[in-house]
Amino acid sequence: MTTPLLRLTGINKSFGPIDVLHDISLEVNRGEVLCLLGDNGAGKSTLIKILSGVHKPTSGTMDMDGKSVAFDSPRDASDHGIATVHQFGGTFPLMSIGRSFFVGAEPTRRWGPLTIYDRKRANEIAVTEMRQLGITRIDDGDRLVGGLSGGERQALAIARAVHFGASVLILDEPTAALGVKEAAHVLRIVLQARRKGIAVIFITHNVVHALTVGDHFAVLIRGSKAADFRKGEKSREAITDLMAGGEQMAELEAEIESFSAADNGHAPRGASHA
Amino acid sequence: MTSQAHHQPSVATAAPFVPRSSMPSVGSLVRRPEVGSLIGMIAVLIFFSIFGGANFLSAGGAASWLNVASELGIIALPIGLLMIAGHLDLSVGSMIPASSMTVAIISGHYDLPIIVGILASLGLGLAVGFINGVLVIRTKVPSFVVTLATLFALAGLTLGLSVILSGSTSVALKSGSTAKLLFGDYLGGKFEVTLFWWIAAILIVGFILNFSRFGNWILAMGGDAVSARNAGIPTDRVTIALFMSSGLCASFVGMSQAILYNSAQVAAGQSFIFNSIIAVVIGGVLLTGGYGSVVGIVLGTLTFSIVNQGIFYTGFDANWASLIIGVLLLAAVLMNNTFRTMALTYAPRTKSRVRS
Repeated sequence: MTTPLLRLTGINKSFGPIDVLHDISLEVNRGEVLCLLGDNGAGKSTLIKILSGVHKPTSGTMDMDGKSVAFDSPRDASDHGIATVHQFGGTFPLMSIGRSFFVGAEPTRRWGPLTIYDRKRANEIAVTEMRQLGITRIDDGDRLVGGLSGGERQALAIARAVHFGASVLILDEPTAALGVKEAAHVLRIVLQARRKGIAVIFITHNVVHALTVGDHFAVLIRGSKAADFRKGEKSREAITDLMAGGEQMAELEAEIESFSAADNGHAPRGASHA
Repeated sequence: MTSQAHHQPSVATAAPFVPRSSMPSVGSLVRRPEVGSLIGMIAVLIFFSIFGGANFLSAGGAASWLNVASELGIIALPIGLLMIAGHLDLSVGSMIPASSMTVAIISGHYDLPIIVGILASLGLGLAVGFINGVLVIRTKVPSFVVTLATLFALAGLTLGLSVILSGSTSVALKSGSTAKLLFGDYLGGKFEVTLFWWIAAILIVGFILNFSRFGNWILAMGGDAVSARNAGIPTDRVTIALFMSSGLCASFVGMSQAILYNSAQVAAGQSFIFNSIIAVVIGGVLLTGGYGSVVGIVLGTLTFSIVNQGIFYTGFDANWASLIIGVLLLAAVLMNNTFRTMALTYAPRTKSRVRS
């Protein structure tokens, strides 16, 4: 573990005059889960988009296995082994599981003079890969993706990334839209991916989920890295506090106090209309 | 990435699971969302068999709606593919007369060999389709608006050029016996040869959608264009190819109509715009893209044609045909939605559901 699989150094990103990310440096190793925590608008999505080739950083460098890389497109990033799974799985609800699994990389076979889509093999591989991630309910690759639950769709997307040899798996809020049991299942899948030696970047604002699977944590606040620590170095309360933005909370408290002082201990008139 | 997809299916045997039997069950039948279109077609067939009497069921009666179906069907197939990919093409309405006039002016007015006229009109179809496709991907304007613009532009161009070149809005065409036999003849005095071209088109489009990688790309684009592009699908090329195929098919129909009727008019074919969309939607294709089947498109085309022609065999005033089509369209869409929902929620045996 001398060189990390993926390293970001001094990444800055601005859209016109608006600075979104300041000087972000991160490292992820093989077989490790990096949890990226942060409130809405902290810059998590922008960082993911840089990692997955949608945006280019304004400045800063990225290297993989010690070699400098720059992604021109999402396709380019995925060719480098970076797979991104979005909240709803990025799957196609009205396509069959087998077809959805192999979109863009369909297996084919010869049929007389023609090359045809190998539906049977696509279905078999898709179902097998999903079963390996513990989705045992699915035994027919012809079923439509729209009939799967949210967790199963996540599993399908993760199975797909693993099958196509992703070395870095970016999971964008995979548990946000799920119930407790489904979320637990997705977390189990994250650990399975980690066991396979995949570097997982897990984006969430759920501290409990992060602490369950994370080895390494980074907290983003307003585009800057506010903290970077390893498992066991901080308590759950401390992290929650940090994410909520300690100073902002203090500011808010001061504000409330000044209101109270101005209105003789009552809430200001306008407040009841809010 | 693709090399991964080609390794031997050893992975498939790693975890043992018993594949479901391939015996069709009631469940798997209901799971086919084309069932809605099939029921619709059978319903109108029975309806007109009862009210249309023996004439409707005779060879002549069948020919009357099969001829309509074959011309409409050749256009409905590529329109269906476009709609599955999330696009519309209204310009076919002008493409048909434009290609009719092209072949008639070149081979009728200027007396050049018929093959020149045929190739020129098919080439025009491909060119218009290419322009549509490029405009849609470059401007990002919805294809409805882009092809509405080309519909009018092409109609104007056809009218203007026809008057300049031939001095008329209607041009006679005398085609040779080979061309007549291939594109504009009646078999047994009743069935248009376009019927066979339609069957060929069904086989080709069916193959593309169900058995080729390209078909998977079309479905994925309609489902989620951004994810499809991220998955490495050349969405721009697919879009252009689809518009070119609808241009080609529309020009084929226009060209064969000119040969069949021995003449071409500048104002013909506008009815195909909505008729093709109706046939495709009755066939269960989702207007917003991402879902549809060739079987459905064919059934929708047949249903539309049966109603359109069957009305003449009944004692009813033919003016009621549009009312029936309107009601049918709505009923078909509602039924298709129901069957699609059933397909989505269908779960084969729930015994292994204990987990999670």
